Amino acid sequence: MKTAVVLLPGLNRDRDMIAALTKISGQAPATVWQTDTEIPDVDLIAIPGGFSFGDYLRCGAIAARMPVMRAVAEKAAKGVMVIGVCNGFQILVEAGLLPGALMRNTSLKFVCRQVKLEIANANTMFTRRYQPGQIIRSPVAHHDGNYFADPDTLARLEGEGQVVFRYAEGTNPNGSINDIAGIINEQGNVLGLMPHPENLIEAAHGGSDGRALFEGALGIAA
Amino acid sequence: MSSVIKARITVTLKNGVLDPQGKAIEHALSGLGFDGVGQVRQGKVFDVELAESDKAKAEADLKAMCDKLLANTVIENYSVTLT
Repeated sequence: MKTAVVLLPGLNRDRDMIAALTKISGQAPATVWQTDTEIPDVDLIAIPGGFSFGDYLRCGAIAARMPVMRAVAEKAAKGVMVIGVCNGFQILVEAGLLPGALMRNTSLKFVCRQVKLEIANANTMFTRRYQPGQIIRSPVAHHDGNYFADPDTLARLEGEGQVVFRYAEGTNPNGSINDIAGIINEQGNVLGLMPHPENLIEAAHGGSDGRALFEGALGIAA
Repeated sequence: MSSVIKARITVTLKNGVLDPQGKAIEHALSGLGFDGVGQVRQGKVFDVELAESDKAKAEADLKAMCDKLLANTVIENYSVTLT
């Protein structure tokens, strides 16, 4: 299975994502730069975390308007899997590939800690290796992870099973509505989440709870 | 000769969207002894210069800029004023 990682100035989790995809898929991902207008034929495109364009204007706002994101949208429309983590999630939302918005944490503090995530929908390409309702651990590190959507959008997300990850057991670190940590698009191939599953994939990380997400998406045996 | 149109764009959070920063500012103002401070909502202001002489065209362009980049219309409203 082939993968690609989107690179933008100000991202800082790109190496983590590249390492995770390399270790799990067995081959290094292709990298595409912000000005690239074409993305090679891959099965999964990852947009890593960080602070693209210094979080200027709004987190992910400038990145979402770069040429590479038009290429990501074209691939997504063709069914290629796309995962956006942290800033990558913010970019997908700003690009209109996922609904809603990510706002400043209600605590106004940057949160960097481990949270518990509940698998709210195990029937997606990304979560099929987890059990419904399973609780996994994942690190978070963000200032603007407070997911918001208007009531109609929220009802649709909840009704259609598009809420994929929820902060569990009172671990909501940012005030996100309905404890939403990650959502998927209607077609089921574009996932955005604030937590960092790529940072919990092997014993050296202190656990591998995030590994099954990539193994499931890439159809790789555990 | 081309002329310049100057505009001020104001972006504010929609009603019903929680504004934690506005809340913090509200509390800080109360802490400074400003009694009777009600709700504070934080927004953004952009002063834009456009090389354009047609006001209607300028306004249309500025609105397009808001829709495409300056405002996130999921959570924000905007207004355009030519100055």
